[in-house]
Amino acid sequence: MTRTVILIACGLIAGPILGGLFSGMDRILTARMQSRIGPPLLQPFYDVAKLLFKESLVVNVWQVFCAYCYIAASSIALVLFFLQSDLLLILFVQAVGAVMLVVGALSSTSPYSHIGAHRELLQILSYEPLLVLVVVGFYLETGSFKLTSIYAWREPLLLKLPFLFIVLGYVLTIKLRKSPFDLSTCHHAHQEIVKGLLTDYSGLFLALTEIAHWFEIVLLLGFCTLFWATNWFGMAALIVATYFLEVLVDNTTSRMNWRWMLSYVWGVGLTLSLVNLIWLHQG
Amino acid sequence: MEAVKRFIDRMRSKSPWLLHFDCGSCNGCDIEILACLTPVYDVERFGIINVGNPFHADVLLSSGTVNHRNKKVLANLYAQMPSPKLVVAIGACGLSGGIFREAYNVVGGIDKVLPVDVYVPGCPPKPEAIIDGVVLGLQKLQRLHEQPSVEKGA
Repeated sequence: MTRTVILIACGLIAGPILGGLFSGMDRILTARMQSRIGPPLLQPFYDVAKLLFKESLVVNVWQVFCAYCYIAASSIALVLFFLQSDLLLILFVQAVGAVMLVVGALSSTSPYSHIGAHRELLQILSYEPLLVLVVVGFYLETGSFKLTSIYAWREPLLLKLPFLFIVLGYVLTIKLRKSPFDLSTCHHAHQEIVKGLLTDYSGLFLALTEIAHWFEIVLLLGFCTLFWATNWFGMAALIVATYFLEVLVDNTTSRMNWRWMLSYVWGVGLTLSLVNLIWLHQG
Repeated sequence: MEAVKRFIDRMRSKSPWLLHFDCGSCNGCDIEILACLTPVYDVERFGIINVGNPFHADVLLSSGTVNHRNKKVLANLYAQMPSPKLVVAIGACGLSGGIFREAYNVVGGIDKVLPVDVYVPGCPPKPEAIIDGVVLGLQKLQRLHEQPSVEKGA
């Protein structure tokens, strides 16, 4: 019982702290890649603390409800991950949060918010099937959806699921809002479609969506650790390498349109997953 | 309570998000404002972000003369910014109307429409002067926050 409480607390604390540090590192790395110095490491925390104490301009009460639902769903998803729960359950709880953010954006009348919401829906449509296929890959190899049995697996899963790891990389790029898939809202293009999905979230509610995003970052990097669950060093190395690659991709590619995203991500992602799944089934 | 207030003020001064509005400037000042974002000046070092959304902004940077057409837009942008907020007028035209002040369609400087906190003179001002103006504004923001509590004590 105490173990459960400690794990829940770990999830709730580790999410914002690790997520904020990762996005701080991200901003510094991005700045260095653009030959700038960049903000301090704790800049994301300063931003969120400032937003928490700003005046709240509410466009629609539903948006408030949606912002709370988004942070609730993404924090529950991470807590379930820390509790070593069922992968499919985590996946769908996280999907509820992602959809609530879109519902909040659609509840305003701003055209920028609407176009961002529609693009976000297309992004969800692009990555969600791939994420399910990654989980199916875990099941085919280990015979279970439970995280406890995946973490207890004898050998690193990366050796059996290399293509599915690349597929998870695509999902990560979309979820972390990185180029070329940062269509709905972006960390860099503050002027493009105003701020897309987040246009009408302000003050406290913008801070909530940011914290919820940190929970999602940590959850997805947690998914990455499953590919090398045999030792801590492997997990850490995999996370660092993946995140560095994400930032590199973000800074070397340009934003594309949703048609390209959908055809490219489904084309490459589904092919790679099917090849890997057939290979697992045969072997 | 004092400590919390001071913490909030510190966070505010560490992450000022700018909204830039060109009230019919010749683009001279606007180019200097955008120059602040280049690797040479890199204002992101101080947490400054040039946002395009008044809902997310803390500081309104406005350049150019105000005329009868754009004064409503300017007032609307200011109204959409959540408080606490600052207004920084940039350049000779933003301060007083500049060389256009006597034209029939010109209202004057930004302060004819909005309460301006900091005036940055120049035609155009240097990027260093603009950064300096924003920093000055942030100090003013902190002092504004302190003033009411002093009055209450007295």
